[in-house]
Amino acid sequence: MTAVQRTAPSAGAPTTALGVQRLCKSFGGLKVTCDVTLDVAPGERRLIIGPNGAGKTTLFNLITGELSPDSGSIILDGQDITRVPSRRRAHLGLARTYQIITLFGRDTILRNVTLALLGLSRLRWDPFVDLDREHVLIDAARAALVRVGLAHIAERPLAQTSYGERRRVEIAMALAQNPKVLLLDEPFAGLSVDERRDVQKLLLAIPRDVTIVMIEHDMDVALEFAEQITLLHFGEVIVEGSRTQVVADPRTREVYLGH
Amino acid sequence: MNRLTPRGAAIGIAVLVLAALPVWIGNPYYINVASQILLYAVLALALNVMVGYGGLVSLGHAGLFAMAGYAGALVLQAGHGHLLADLSAIVVAVAATAVFGLLSLRSTGIGFLMITLALGQIVWGIAYRWADLTNGDNGVNVTTRPAPFGISLASADAFYWATLLVFLLAVVTMAVFVRSPFGASLRGTRDQPRRMNALGYNVWLIRFVAFLFSGFWTGVAGLLFIYYNQFVSPQVAALQASAEALLMVISGGTATLLGPIVGAAIVVIMKNVKLFENWWILGELFTHWNMMLGVIFVAIVTFMPEGLVPGSVRLWKRGLQSVRKRPAVPAKLEERAP
Repeated sequence: MTAVQRTAPSAGAPTTALGVQRLCKSFGGLKVTCDVTLDVAPGERRLIIGPNGAGKTTLFNLITGELSPDSGSIILDGQDITRVPSRRRAHLGLARTYQIITLFGRDTILRNVTLALLGLSRLRWDPFVDLDREHVLIDAARAALVRVGLAHIAERPLAQTSYGERRRVEIAMALAQNPKVLLLDEPFAGLSVDERRDVQKLLLAIPRDVTIVMIEHDMDVALEFAEQITLLHFGEVIVEGSRTQVVADPRTREVYLGH
Repeated sequence: MNRLTPRGAAIGIAVLVLAALPVWIGNPYYINVASQILLYAVLALALNVMVGYGGLVSLGHAGLFAMAGYAGALVLQAGHGHLLADLSAIVVAVAATAVFGLLSLRSTGIGFLMITLALGQIVWGIAYRWADLTNGDNGVNVTTRPAPFGISLASADAFYWATLLVFLLAVVTMAVFVRSPFGASLRGTRDQPRRMNALGYNVWLIRFVAFLFSGFWTGVAGLLFIYYNQFVSPQVAALQASAEALLMVISGGTATLLGPIVGAAIVVIMKNVKLFENWWILGELFTHWNMMLGVIFVAIVTFMPEGLVPGSVRLWKRGLQSVRKRPAVPAKLEERAP
């Protein structure tokens, strides 16, 4: 049995890993996402920046299906997923991390990652077997912890881990699902300089068959990582292009980087 | 099970003590109390699936318990056999649970609690007011107990052993469930429903299936109850019965296997056994078991808010620690204090 089962094999090789077309979302009279179009190529590293309240996390919530858009469409690996329930999108190869750490606080690090793997396995409905003896699943979880450098404390209860370690558990859970598209919501937030370097290293080590879209405020680490940058402001795409283009653009300085 | 662990040995001894209970207790009254503890423990274990592992506090389980009881009793009253009565009771309980689930799982927390409470009250209302069907306040008599494989359960001993068998089956099922991937999924939906959804789990369906599982065992407990009591009336469906079941779970310790069993024992013993009879004022106090039950629960919630079983484990560990090593020099901390 494989630990991760993909439901739909992609036909051919689409030129877009993640496409967002004319996406709109309003909360009452407030337009939080306004006519946003994104085109993220397979293997690309895309950075999304913008001031607080620009609608970055809302865009992620729309892509993962935790919010449903008022109009527009979302395409994952050539398939329109606009109306696909959030939980099915995980099965189609979409994984995310949360800006506010969202983990299972009563469990060990290993169990957290095991739950991520179990979510994509048919085994999750099995009420008879002992989960602790599902070695295929647990070995895969350990392998994900090796990738983020937490294998040595796999059995530690989450309550006894540091903030930086929890950030890495978040990433391990997303990586364990072996996604096609990985959405990282401020993976460096609240980390020390050393921890930031560690996380940066592990993100750089993610192979190119994973497409990454990242929200980040820390320009030093983020700029090094990203190839393409999208600048959001009041829910709209203001500037988009390569790293040098966006940084040089006067509008970027105006709304985001400051003078 | 190839090595004898202390845990395994303790479980083995406990089962032996329970199996031999009619022999060492002797008095049929107390054997009946033991039967009651076991059947309510099945109910508490079933409720614990929702409260402890699902994080969904239900105040409607007495409704499901009564649905099974009435279904069994009415089928028997209509002149059918025990097998059909038992099957009907379980099917009705699970079907009622499905309806409860469809309506109540639209929300969690207080919303879930209020909807289950209301549904439980509807069952009580039907039992009380729909006299043509349920015989209203007069209730329904169950004249005979079944005789599985030709063994009559009419005596207190025989009925106790049959109840013990069902109880042990429930405990084993729960133990397997808790360790299973589905059990882990359910606990995940309790702790981080949003994350579980993003990880690919169908949170609603997991909760619904867990509710059906809980409803099944609630039905089994309801069936045991009518055979034990040989009578069912609207009281069984009352809100107080739901609250009592919830108290068993919470006082013993939610999300543990032993907690609901201990909780059931406390409640049933308080209600049925005259405690501290010759202890003058204490005996007088315990005559008013309702009040003392309240006092005991206040004490549990104050000193062991996590419940009696996890609380005792915590105190025991702390006790062991303080015996093993002297407290680590508090003097310095005191110096620093203003």
